[in-house]
Amino acid sequence: MFFSIGLYFALAIFGAGLLYKVFTWFRSSISIGARKITISRKIFSCLRGILSTLLSVKIFTLLKVFLLDVVLNRRILREDVLRWLMHMCIYGGFVLLLVMHALGQYTSAVIFDTYYPTINPFFFLRDLFGVLVLMGVAIAIYRRFILRIPRLFTNVRDHYAIIIVAVILLSGIALEGVKITSHTIYQQMVKDYAGLEDAQELRALEAYWVQHYGVVSPTGQGPFDAGTLAQGEELHNANCVVCHSRPQWAFTGYGVARVIRPFAVGLDNLNAHGLLWYIHVLACLIGLAYLPFSKMFHIIASPVSLLANAVMEQGKSAPAAIATRQMMELDACTHCGTCTVRCSVAAALEEIPNINILPSEKIIAIKALASGRKLTRVQLKALQEGVYLCTNCYRCTVVCPVGINLQDLWFNVREVVLQKGLPEFSMLSPLSFYRGLMKEEIRHRDYQRPLLKARNAIADTDKGDIMKGKDQVLPLPRRNGEFKGRLNLSAQASTFSVCFGCQTCTNACPVVANYKKPQEHLGLLPHQIMHACALGLSGLAFGANMLWDCLTCYQCQEQCPQGVGVTDVLYELKNCIVASVGEQAV
Amino acid sequence: MSGEKKMKQFALFLGCTIPARLLQYESASRAVLDELDVSVVDIKAFNCCGYPLRNIDFKAFLQLSARNLALAERQGLPIMALCQCCFGSLKKAHHLLKEDGSLRKEVNAVLAREGLHYGGEIEVKHLLQVLYHDVGIAAIQKEVKRMYEGLQIAAHYGCHVLRPSNVVQFDNPLSPTIFDELVAATGAVSVPWQRRLECCGAPLRGVNDELSMAITKKKIEAGTGAGADYLCVACPYCQIQFDTVQGSMPSKGGEDHQLPSILYPQLLGLCMGINEKILGLEMNRVPLDSIKDFLSDKREEPGTEAAYDKGARRNVA
Repeated sequence: MFFSIGLYFALAIFGAGLLYKVFTWFRSSISIGARKITISRKIFSCLRGILSTLLSVKIFTLLKVFLLDVVLNRRILREDVLRWLMHMCIYGGFVLLLVMHALGQYTSAVIFDTYYPTINPFFFLRDLFGVLVLMGVAIAIYRRFILRIPRLFTNVRDHYAIIIVAVILLSGIALEGVKITSHTIYQQMVKDYAGLEDAQELRALEAYWVQHYGVVSPTGQGPFDAGTLAQGEELHNANCVVCHSRPQWAFTGYGVARVIRPFAVGLDNLNAHGLLWYIHVLACLIGLAYLPFSKMFHIIASPVSLLANAVMEQGKSAPAAIATRQMMELDACTHCGTCTVRCSVAAALEEIPNINILPSEKIIAIKALASGRKLTRVQLKALQEGVYLCTNCYRCTVVCPVGINLQDLWFNVREVVLQKGLPEFSMLSPLSFYRGLMKEEIRHRDYQRPLLKARNAIADTDKGDIMKGKDQVLPLPRRNGEFKGRLNLSAQASTFSVCFGCQTCTNACPVVANYKKPQEHLGLLPHQIMHACALGLSGLAFGANMLWDCLTCYQCQEQCPQGVGVTDVLYELKNCIVASVGEQAV
Repeated sequence: MSGEKKMKQFALFLGCTIPARLLQYESASRAVLDELDVSVVDIKAFNCCGYPLRNIDFKAFLQLSARNLALAERQGLPIMALCQCCFGSLKKAHHLLKEDGSLRKEVNAVLAREGLHYGGEIEVKHLLQVLYHDVGIAAIQKEVKRMYEGLQIAAHYGCHVLRPSNVVQFDNPLSPTIFDELVAATGAVSVPWQRRLECCGAPLRGVNDELSMAITKKKIEAGTGAGADYLCVACPYCQIQFDTVQGSMPSKGGEDHQLPSILYPQLLGLCMGINEKILGLEMNRVPLDSIKDFLSDKREEPGTEAAYDKGARRNVA
């Protein structure tokens, strides 16, 4: 009764949650372009895409991917054998338990007319599958908490996933152990299946079960005389053996039974098996009901993602379908951290403490953004920086075990957050190379605006007066001793002080040579910047557009007769600006 | 030669751009190196060289770069980079860590968090150096099956192999010859041209496109002006700039007026008789097909003077 009501209740929540989650795939979108597509258009487009795929030869691709990637987890195996073993154990064991044990009355009982959960092979297999899952959980705990893979973060959702599986499994095993020892359960079975009336016979059977089947009786644990045991065995063979294998086959439960033997009578009196049954069933039902809202939702979304990945192509698939897929992919992420482990810039986290640099973590911030939650300026800035500190090397996308097109995700999110108006100084670096190549994909206005925003943000602070233009009346620049001190101590910029102003650097510069009136475009020229540094005039040095228009071709530095590391000084000045103006801008 | 033991082993440093956007550079280089008996090892844990982060955070750049050096050191292998910017960054980091003990200590403290350490003794080489110094012009000439005839090549060195010369120690920064000699080994003529040591413009792509294009345009005009049939490069950024970006530039004389750019291992591989598919000739945006017309049936006689005259070039730079 409790089970049925609970199950229907959990199923109802699960169903509603599932519908809600799938609806969000169509409701929101990440890319700027997809904002205008209506929900009905997206649904229609997806249905059409799915239908046309199923009716084409692509169905074979789908079948192959389903078998290799979904069922056999090929993509996980390619990256990490231990993790593959972990996942196969957990999901393989769990699926088998679900089919054979949890849904036994609908599956096993229907297929095998001799099915009883207490006879072999089912009796043994249940424990075997359980052990598989537990082994997987143990590997997961080892990987997350002992192995300490650098930059692999474990969050609440990961804890929940491990805990819910562990609780289901451990409560199940404990329940089995308690049931083996329970005298109450034993008596119930005798009543239901044996139908014995005679007191001597009952004693004999009980003696046999105490001796061989692990039951702990309140009236005595033997030793029993041979005659009683022989009679017990006879009765056992007549009444019990058909549908109850020896408990040793259920090796995990039997192990528990052995351990709790001393307190088994007490536990039985306290109705421990009843309590454990509630815990076990409740954990299963909670797991089911909460599934759409937990990390476990990947059970549904990840296969969908893998299949979509196999048949969808940028440029060929309908934009509405791609927009939907991108939202779906956010749910497919299992936070496994493969992307982060393989990320080309992840190690920068050690110096730039922004967790959004890591792909596996920025996807969490993106989920918040996509759900329409309002991010604070600090959160937005962190996401923006994180999503820009990316060399677009595609590695995350290549290795993602669930086939998420992370590269496109970053590209779309980048453009969305850049339009929100916070300046991003990493734009003024070769990290923009990829964006430059993708120019055609971005509206002209949207392309230029954030670039200007970043430059203006530098000009708008007190550091960059000179960028405002030539007609501006400038205040008398102030010397900044701290600034000069920092340059002197810097590993790459300390040579600025030996400049004697010969202008060779400026004459060698191909950027300066590109303009008829270079100062109008560049502000201070290289030799002037060196001079400003020597005078401690940070406002002038920081304000030069020259810094950001530097090709870093090292012509200036190579030609300098004094050995000034001109290019490296410019690098250091840029670092100073990003550090100080960056903070002011937020 | 294939029966003998491989001459030298390198950890191949592909960087970020090549595996994502210039696959043909990787496949062509691997094929050429294999023919020339240089073996390469892939270190999966390599990360970004740090170059794109230099504008933003010196320490982040250094940490990323040093991590690669430490990974190669752990395997006891010298690094071979295919990208000028990767090469320059790794060299820079190597130089800084060698010179500055306190910096090395700081960097190693961070590396230690993941069990890494950099002792400071890793050799970093560029593909061109490996071909020139470790393989040698004579050995390359031996493998050339069909020499180019009448092919004029404008060899573009790329900034970060040449400068800063005290750090990279690649060749004479004012009049380098390594690349020209390698081009000449194929039978092609490495033409003297203006701006041959200047930047390709790629570093400002996405930052200041107008300026970036202007620089690229000048380079291309200089190459065309010197009568070159092709540009030849050995860097993914330069190649993308000269190929993809040039391909998207409006050209006054139409498509024909463009100066196509070929990657050096493609140029070399083709005359060594390596399969075009592996060299990825068809992956160029500006078509490369016509280069095959320059292939002759002649083989280089081992020991003959290379077509490149070092002395004549000294005055050009």
